[in-house]
Amino acid sequence: MTPTLTLQCLTKTYGSQRALSEVSLTVAPGERVALLGHNGAGKSTMMKIILGLIPYDSGELLVTGAAPGSPAARRQVAYLPENAAFHPALTGLEQIRHYLALRGENSALGIGLLERVGLGPAAKRRIGTYSKGMRQRVGLAQALIGKPQLLVLDEPTGGLDPVSRRDFYELLDGLAAEGASILLSSHALTEVEARTDRILILSGGVLVAEGSLGDLRRSAALPVSFQVTPQREALAEVALALPEATATGETLTLSCDQNDKLRLLARITELGSKVADIDVHPPSLEDIYSHFSKRAGQ
Amino acid sequence: MNRITATAGAEFRIAVRNRWVAISIAMMALFSLVLSAAGSSATGTIGADRLSVVVASLTSLAVYLVPLVALLMSFDAIAGEVERGTLSLLLTYPVSRPEILLGKLLAHLAILTLAVAVGYGIAAVAALAVDGEAIAGLPALWRLLWSSVLLGATFLGVGYAASALARRPSGAAGLAIGVWLGLIVLYDLGLLAAIVADNGGIFTTKVFPLALLANPADAFRLYNLAASQATSAAAGVAGAANTIPIWASLTSILLWPLAAIALATAAFRKVTP
Ligand SMILES: Nc1ncnc2c1ncn2[C@@H]1O[C@H](COP(=O)(O)OP(=O)(O)OP(=O)(O)O)[C@@H](O)[C@H]1O
Ligand SMILES: [Mg+2]
Repeated sequence: MTPTLTLQCLTKTYGSQRALSEVSLTVAPGERVALLGHNGAGKSTMMKIILGLIPYDSGELLVTGAAPGSPAARRQVAYLPENAAFHPALTGLEQIRHYLALRGENSALGIGLLERVGLGPAAKRRIGTYSKGMRQRVGLAQALIGKPQLLVLDEPTGGLDPVSRRDFYELLDGLAAEGASILLSSHALTEVEARTDRILILSGGVLVAEGSLGDLRRSAALPVSFQVTPQREALAEVALALPEATATGETLTLSCDQNDKLRLLARITELGSKVADIDVHPPSLEDIYSHFSKRAGQ
Repeated sequence: MNRITATAGAEFRIAVRNRWVAISIAMMALFSLVLSAAGSSATGTIGADRLSVVVASLTSLAVYLVPLVALLMSFDAIAGEVERGTLSLLLTYPVSRPEILLGKLLAHLAILTLAVAVGYGIAAVAALAVDGEAIAGLPALWRLLWSSVLLGATFLGVGYAASALARRPSGAAGLAIGVWLGLIVLYDLGLLAAIVADNGGIFTTKVFPLALLANPADAFRLYNLAASQATSAAAGVAGAANTIPIWASLTSILLWPLAAIALATAAFRKVTP
């Protein structure tokens, strides 16, 4: 299958400041890709370049097989900007109908789209009276218009409550299942972890890591930590058997490389009933994220 | 085409909600009423029918008011979208920048036409009510109407260009006021001063007529006064109307809207959201 989106050695500078440095990536049809990175890492810049809103300095870029910002690409790509804004004097329904008309779609679909994002009851109120999350939903509704091949969503869950976030990701799953590619940026690591196929980490304009969460976990090779709680009377004995552990109160904490995980586990189980409880903590997404972000000098 | 009319529809709604429709209609109606009332005191002394006299004074009014209303409606068109942050999303839609501009133009021009028609209509009714001869002035009124719409289109285009160049509503408003002052007020004052200084020399005979044609507002005034019976009723630059052929001023008022919209398109193309 031909990729929906291809970036090759894309570079963008603002004056003397590098916003993107030789970024290369591809996104396949039906793939959900999350773009992570610190504030100012270049996520929004990359998205605006993909949409053809701002020019880039060098590199190659193909969006649904066309040049970014060309009429062919614009017909296939939907965008949700970072802070979705609309004219406050229009109602949600009027705004969506306008966007439908611009895409050559039937404007009667408007109310259905708003209902899909939970804005049915507010459809005939002016957007000026909407809350931040409601404006964000108008933004989502317009991104669903037509059958876009690529959705570029800049912090789509910003301002959404937890239940709406879950609904939103379910919506995305449906779109991806129908073959749409999704590129979204986020600062909410846990939701990205469960809901996307691939993670990209940008740091200072450089793509420092790319892959599924498992890939990233392996290549980061962060230590696994164990928390062992011995039986009260066996505390000294267990501490002696695990000399590398540090004791905090009644629990012993130790960590080891991914590769030594099973060996360590075997040593602990050998202690049998002297151990009351054991917790294994694999490195969290936050740990992995800060590992890559830090390595790039943040 | 569908995209242009959809844009125009949304813009028209916004203008209705922002009271621009009401404000511009009220403004034109009010001034027309005042002029009609003032005109009724100067009866038949000029030898023209009452409507023709009213048209002459409406022309002097329109020169100031139509560009003002047009600039007020248009200065926010692009700068406002940039500031609100709505432009970046709009530009990812399969709609071209000229289409966006034409949509806005269509809506704003419709409002302006409505306002001008209501204002002039009131003046016509008032004149016809007191003077049966006033029918003779209807062609002049019709000419004034469509040339006012062209003048409005010119200044809408100028307003969009200012809006795109300034990129901020406050800057665009300042630029629009500057353009209005420059083209409508200072331009004529400058010409007048130059004529006085020139004292019937080459400037007065060669440059002055061209300078009038080069300004859309002066061309509008020239065209309407030259074509009207009541030239003598208006003062100032009107004297020149006799020396400049009517096709020249007509060409100017026809070309200006195109030039202004081309300028606006060029300026809009340079805007990155
Ligand atoms: N118009 C601009 N002019 C100059 N510099 C800019 C401009 N837009 C962005 N930048 C710079 O480019 C870098 C990347 O910005 P960008 O908005 O892409 O970050 P981001 O990853 O989206 O951050 P955030 O998580 O805060 O949204 C930043 O250092 C920013 O200051
Ligand atoms: Mg951003």
